[in-house]
Amino acid sequence: MSKLYRIGLRESRDLLRAGDIRAEDLTAACLARMDATEERLGALLARRGAEALEEARALDAARAAGRMPSVEEAPLWGVPVCIKDALTLRGVPCTAGSRILENFVPPYDAFAVKRLREAGAVILAKTNMDEFAMGSTTEHSAWHPTRNPWDTDRVPGGSSGGSAASVAACQCAGALGTDTGGSIRQPASLCGCVGLKPTYGRVSRYGLLAYASSFDQIGPMTRSVEDAALMLGVIAGYDERDSTCLDAPVPDYAAALAGADLRGVKLGLPREFFGHEALEPGVRKACGEAVDCARSLGAELVEVSLPHTEYAVAAYYVMASAEAGSNLARYDGVRYGHRTENPPTLEELYVRSRTEGFGEEVQRRILVGAYVLSSGYYDAYYRKAAQVRRLIRRDYDEALARCDALLAPVSPVTAWKLGEVHEPLQMYLMDVFTLSLNLAGLPGLALPVGFSGGLPVGMQLMGRALDEAALLRIGKSLAEALGTGGQAAPL
Amino acid sequence: MALSKEEFLHLCRLAKLAPDAEKREYYGSQCGNILAYMDKLAELNCSDIEPLYSPVELNAAACPRGGLHSGRADEARRIRTREEILANAPGRGGEGDEFFLVPRIVEGRA
Repeated sequence: MSKLYRIGLRESRDLLRAGDIRAEDLTAACLARMDATEERLGALLARRGAEALEEARALDAARAAGRMPSVEEAPLWGVPVCIKDALTLRGVPCTAGSRILENFVPPYDAFAVKRLREAGAVILAKTNMDEFAMGSTTEHSAWHPTRNPWDTDRVPGGSSGGSAASVAACQCAGALGTDTGGSIRQPASLCGCVGLKPTYGRVSRYGLLAYASSFDQIGPMTRSVEDAALMLGVIAGYDERDSTCLDAPVPDYAAALAGADLRGVKLGLPREFFGHEALEPGVRKACGEAVDCARSLGAELVEVSLPHTEYAVAAYYVMASAEAGSNLARYDGVRYGHRTENPPTLEELYVRSRTEGFGEEVQRRILVGAYVLSSGYYDAYYRKAAQVRRLIRRDYDEALARCDALLAPVSPVTAWKLGEVHEPLQMYLMDVFTLSLNLAGLPGLALPVGFSGGLPVGMQLMGRALDEAALLRIGKSLAEALGTGGQAAPL
Repeated sequence: MALSKEEFLHLCRLAKLAPDAEKREYYGSQCGNILAYMDKLAELNCSDIEPLYSPVELNAAACPRGGLHSGRADEARRIRTREEILANAPGRGGEGDEFFLVPRIVEGRA
């Protein structure tokens, strides 16, 4: 079988279990694909080729010896995956795209990573990202930018741009990303793959290098909705080490897709998104065609309003910067990470280590965070943003009381050229369609719906708390009808 | 909104960052633009709105069993060895390299 690396997560799992392919061959095919594409993409950071091959061989040997675990015990048995560099994998360098963590080797696995390993997945590499997940292009990695596999002059989106590019270019069957303000959905959309931001609290954040703790969520990035469902089922669930992790039953998301159908499904179209002045005509057209397709499949489309949308960017950047400033206070040059040379005093140790170790965007957000939390400004900025956050959540709750899910564009534009957007504020405004869902803490599924000028266009389904199954069912029906499931970049 | 030089240096002290003169100007003007944009929040009257600092409790309401726990039992557990914890330290001291090393912060006997 040629081009083993193109096989999706679910299909490769089934072929491996049936003995039609070997785990070692599949892993080797993905590693070879990395070798063939990585120079053009820059999607990866630390790679673990030899260890991954060894693990795959051990799986093949277990199968030969009749010791293959059941599919329930190991739903990702032998499947090659990558994980974003914001997540710890024991013994493998973890930098979150930052020079300040250049030599950090974590002594433990993140909860989601541990779940992947227990499910039998073979982890091939860490993926590149904007430093501490602060960015929308993966240009703000301290190491190198990542490029979009559909056009390598363009950005893959961010901050999980490495995961998106790697999945879209078939370096792996699926990857973990993290979404604080759109960092799974936007790169998935710009790279033509599927990305799911779960409900805040659905997946434990233990082992995720924190950016903004009341927003961060870990989720799957894959080439099909079905694969995202399978991966979510593995990483979701209660973990006592994250106090915000919800103790809620984990549905069989993959099984919930059986018989998915759009007949009778009510989808809300947020007027503030479709009417937004920044929405490019080509993106608007592709989204309109997807809406028509949903209607032709029997869905009922209704217009809804999210009236506080225009305040989402301001509220998000106040709160996320405040949380970032607090979270990143831990990088002090003492316990781990970069330490300046010969500091004369403890204060100089802190200040110089941080100034040398953090990149520009991170320093900017820490400074903004310090401002909005400082005496005299706290009420006007931080508390006010939190009040607006409640209004935004109410908007979603009211809209979702009228329909099963909302359907909207992910990004107002397709992938832009590297270096094209310089100004931080201009970059923040590009996140206008993703941030509000993070403020609300609700789930969102980005899926490819078409193209504009040869570049992928994505839409997101947004739903009620813990109702990922509904988004996956709707997404699967829509992607199948549009023919966008399983697509790979022509690299 | 322009940040004064003093205001910006105060922020740097709070953030424990010391950008050089060129960067100070650059960050200062960008942070000023960002903060000016954030002033948009002042347009809304939220006097009777309870702040939402985290969505977790609202999401917990969707869980059949309540969803949130107060955390694990308050019992000490040894989950890492000292060596594991010290392994990433950029500076170590002590006879067996068993301490994090920092510059002297108290005067006294060497």
